[in-house]
Amino acid sequence: MSDHSLNPEVMPNEPEKATLEGKNKFLGFWFFLGGETVLFACLFGTYIALRNSAAGGPTENELFGLELVFLMTILLLTSSLTSVYAVYHMKNNNFKKMQLWLGITALLGFGFLACELYEFTHYIHEYGFTFRSSAFGSAFYALVGFHGGHVTFGLTWLIALMIRNAKRGLNLYNAPKFYTFSLYWHFIDVVWVFIFTVVYLMGKVG
Amino acid sequence: MKGWMGKSRIFFLLSLLALLLAGCGKENLSALKPEGYGAETSMDLIILTAVIMLFVFAVVLLVYTIVLVRFRKKKGDKEFVPKQVEGNKTLETIWTIIPIVLLLIIAVPTVIATFDLADKSQAEEHLNVEVTGNQYWWHFNYEGKKIQTSQDLYIPVGEKVYLNMKSSDVIHSFWVPSISGKMDVNPTNVNTMFIKANEEGVYYGKCAELCGPSHSLMDFKVIAVSQEEFDQWVNDMQNVDPKAKPGSTVAQEGKTLFQENNCMGCHAIGSSPAQVAPNLTNFGDRTKIAGVLEPTKENLVKWIMDPESIKEGNKMTGKYPDVSKEEAGKIAEYLMQLQPSDITPEDAKENNK
Amino acid sequence: MSTAVTQKRSFGAVLWDYLTTVDHKKIAHLYLFGGGLFFILGGLEALVIRIQLMQPQNDFVSAGLYNEMLTMHGTTMIFLAAMPLILGLMNAAVPLQIGARDVAFPFLNSLGFWLFMFGGLILNCSWFLGGAPDAGWTAYAPLSTTSPGHGVDFYVIGLQIAGAGTLIGGINFLVTIINMRAPGMTYMRMPLFTWSSFITSVLILFAFPALTIGLFLLMFDRMFGSAFFDVSLGGNEIIWEHLFWIFGHPEVYILILPLFGVFSDLFSTFAKKRLFGYTAMVFATMLIAFLGFMVWAHHMFTVGLGPVANSIFAIATMAIAVPTGIKIFNWLATMWGGQIKINSAMLWALGFIPTFTIGGMTGVMVASVVADYQYHDTYFVVAHFHYVIVGGTIFGIFAGLHYWWPKMFGRILNEKLGYLTFWTFFIGFHLTFFIQHFLGLMGMPRRYWVYLEGSGLDTGNLISSIGAFFMAFGVIVFFYNIVYTAVKGEKAVDDPWDGRTLEWATASPPEHYNFKQVPLVRGLDPLWVEKTEGKGTMTPAEPLGDIHMPNGSFLPFLMSLGLFIAGFGFIYHMDYNWAYILLFGGMAMLLGCMLTRSLKDDLGHHIPKEELEREAD
Repeated sequence: MSDHSLNPEVMPNEPEKATLEGKNKFLGFWFFLGGETVLFACLFGTYIALRNSAAGGPTENELFGLELVFLMTILLLTSSLTSVYAVYHMKNNNFKKMQLWLGITALLGFGFLACELYEFTHYIHEYGFTFRSSAFGSAFYALVGFHGGHVTFGLTWLIALMIRNAKRGLNLYNAPKFYTFSLYWHFIDVVWVFIFTVVYLMGKVG
Repeated sequence: MKGWMGKSRIFFLLSLLALLLAGCGKENLSALKPEGYGAETSMDLIILTAVIMLFVFAVVLLVYTIVLVRFRKKKGDKEFVPKQVEGNKTLETIWTIIPIVLLLIIAVPTVIATFDLADKSQAEEHLNVEVTGNQYWWHFNYEGKKIQTSQDLYIPVGEKVYLNMKSSDVIHSFWVPSISGKMDVNPTNVNTMFIKANEEGVYYGKCAELCGPSHSLMDFKVIAVSQEEFDQWVNDMQNVDPKAKPGSTVAQEGKTLFQENNCMGCHAIGSSPAQVAPNLTNFGDRTKIAGVLEPTKENLVKWIMDPESIKEGNKMTGKYPDVSKEEAGKIAEYLMQLQPSDITPEDAKENNK
Repeated sequence: MSTAVTQKRSFGAVLWDYLTTVDHKKIAHLYLFGGGLFFILGGLEALVIRIQLMQPQNDFVSAGLYNEMLTMHGTTMIFLAAMPLILGLMNAAVPLQIGARDVAFPFLNSLGFWLFMFGGLILNCSWFLGGAPDAGWTAYAPLSTTSPGHGVDFYVIGLQIAGAGTLIGGINFLVTIINMRAPGMTYMRMPLFTWSSFITSVLILFAFPALTIGLFLLMFDRMFGSAFFDVSLGGNEIIWEHLFWIFGHPEVYILILPLFGVFSDLFSTFAKKRLFGYTAMVFATMLIAFLGFMVWAHHMFTVGLGPVANSIFAIATMAIAVPTGIKIFNWLATMWGGQIKINSAMLWALGFIPTFTIGGMTGVMVASVVADYQYHDTYFVVAHFHYVIVGGTIFGIFAGLHYWWPKMFGRILNEKLGYLTFWTFFIGFHLTFFIQHFLGLMGMPRRYWVYLEGSGLDTGNLISSIGAFFMAFGVIVFFYNIVYTAVKGEKAVDDPWDGRTLEWATASPPEHYNFKQVPLVRGLDPLWVEKTEGKGTMTPAEPLGDIHMPNGSFLPFLMSLGLFIAGFGFIYHMDYNWAYILLFGGMAMLLGCMLTRSLKDDLGHHIPKEELEREAD
């Protein structure tokens, strides 16, 4: 595929799937997310099995405050929405607007991450609740931290993509990359919805 | 083709022959010679499944042999293009349905037996023993009787005995093949199973879950004696006086050494909740030392002087000051005379015949 | 032609070629080489085990070393021998069978191999660095969390890295098979090996993450003081068992299904008949895979899950016998009425049927819960899974190697040596493992370093050990055969077996672009279709044109090396501060390579039409 064929005069409707490489990437990424689902399912299973094993340390009900978590949920859900806008502009071949919305997505992601870091330090300093305090602590930090790690990785990925392609604009080579990123970001968002429900809501209510 | 079928058959027969020579394994150890409720239930299922499966195997082998004899390209055969068959609905349905039927024949008794052996509704009416698995020894606490033993589990014959099992360290598995199948002994939860021996006897028990270097040496015995003998044993064990003076002076010196060397820090003699190390109340009656050595004084001295050489990774090594051979001999003398009860493994053995 | 060129190239050039290759055929060579190497190691460990058990209360190795041997034997054979050998066969055959020029993700394909290789190396480094893992290949907590030394750390890190490689390989084959099929190659025209590789890849995708998480938890407990399996802090060791077997049981099918595919292809090729009940075979494979996820707790019947769970899992397990039975009978029916040609490849396939049937039978027997209370963790189970894994997987790998060797290397493995290998291995195998069924029932638990004198287990163990040496002899002959064939072997024609599928429609070995023109597929067994219609060659689906091929890359090697280095950092960071340099250095290397890969465009290259025309002359 010559450089020319990757920069067609008229961008196709679905630039992310216009080349075989793009199609492969698209499909492969879906499978990858399938594997990730099992990954998180195992962590959820572990968490549910251990959530009541506080071993005398602080319990869910004592720790969790829903206000901060609610804010985090809004930040991440909104960032998912903004990434939808970005992909929308990608399909319209409007690179600048796509970058703009991706930028907003990144900012919201950083906001989420900051809240999470604050939450963790709060637990550690106020309650002495760490990864090592109890099986519950281990399971909590493993699950939520694993998600946080995914957010961090996603942000690094996003920024690398944005900087790398800032000057050359959209083409059929990088469109699948942007698109798979947005898939990844939605996935993270969905996982967070489950964390919000299983960890925080059930912890507060159940 | 005959050649190779023949060859494999010869080896099949050879291994079967070897089996015949070995019988079905050792009495009181082999699951093929069941002498308890659980083992018999298992054996019934083993036979049922084996027979059905051998039938299936015979069918497969029959078709297989015919295929190889009839359809093999022999020397001088002309090459031809066989008819390309897509499949056959009837045949395929047959070999789907028949296995399902066979499996149902296996499944129903399996489920019934599973629920039968897991039944704990009568636990309170029977003897309950708390079993603790440790690296690499077993501890038995007779609930409500203030009796603790290690390594040798005395039970009344013909009675269900409920075992409430937990581990103090890693996962072990309690297995007395000739009386009952196994159950894991976990650190997290108590697992309950019952055993019931049909005959008196000394049954060999094994740890069946890898638990460290000396996993293969974590043997124990279940000693089934008559109800009267068991009652007497209980009575004797409850009336042990740990302070009692040993008969001989050597043993008396041994006792002093036992105390001086801080053996009591881990080992209890007499009823005690302590279970850091085996309870030695009836050590003189044990069938084995450390589960694997013949119960002689020399072996005990060897064990006391260097347990690591006998059971790698055991928790006794290094927990006490070095003792000389002479001192170890005295301690051994003391321990060997701890025989509080007239009921010993011998009683189970005599009646066994 | 390509062989002649290869011979002229210097060793360094060949090495560099393999270090940077993204060609699925060369990656297949690498997988076979790596898998073969670890297969020898695992075999040696098995021999040590059998020598130790040759007589009662033997002291050939110490108790601790024995546990290391059995752990490494299991781990090596499953993860480092069987898996890569299977992936090797998949790489060698699947793209050719579907008429593709390469896999969907050539770069990831290479990365998958190097991750496996470095994972295997790190695991085996443990032998020289204070002792190998010793908690069994199942690494049950808390034995694994409390095991002293670094052995289990090597297990955790090594498997994590190798497992990541396998997961990548799985995704790669899924996408390859979905997106890269030649025109006309519909799903229901795919050869059974491709089908089973596809289904296996689904299993890999959904099973390996459970292992990943299990290993993470184990790693956190051992290295970072968490309490997942620490009972005193509320942990629960049974979680490990669940995670391990949620992975572990599908893993058994990952090991066996691709070889079912190999056997299907072989039976139909050498009986000269199309596969009997093709559709049933495909759906039986799917059903086995699906049920494979529902039965993990049958490894845990004695854990104390209760009669309800035990019964459900028992019945689900028995259900798997149905699709497996369908397969066995369909294979027999495939051969029925055919003209069966027997050679070393077919011999393995024929040896597989009775052997695997025994393994399947004992499989149903161990599914019967209460009977399993006796079988569980004894030599009966050892015998059962060796009948399945050796009788199925290893026989299948041997069959596949003999079958595809000419395609992969352009030479046919020597038949006489092939027969010798088969017979010694086959007889040795049954000698070793048949008797173990009875040893188990006679009271011999597995993973026993010694059995006591007078336990009635002596004869059986002796026979078993003798058999192991037969097997070892067979394997030695096979490796000799490889060398012999490389030096003096008969040159292979493109289609030595009168094949039916696409891989036999291209050169032996194929050019690196596989097919000059992608073939048009007109039915099941496409080459056979052309043969029966008198043409004998495939019709091209496209005019001769430029071929787009991916570029080689050194990055996969470097990324895996980075993880390898970081792995040592993880293992030693508790003891030494310098280990942090390794940890962060290795991770930086990995991330740096990932960034390079992500940011530097790699558009591949084109082989111009003119060059292809020149080669044709």
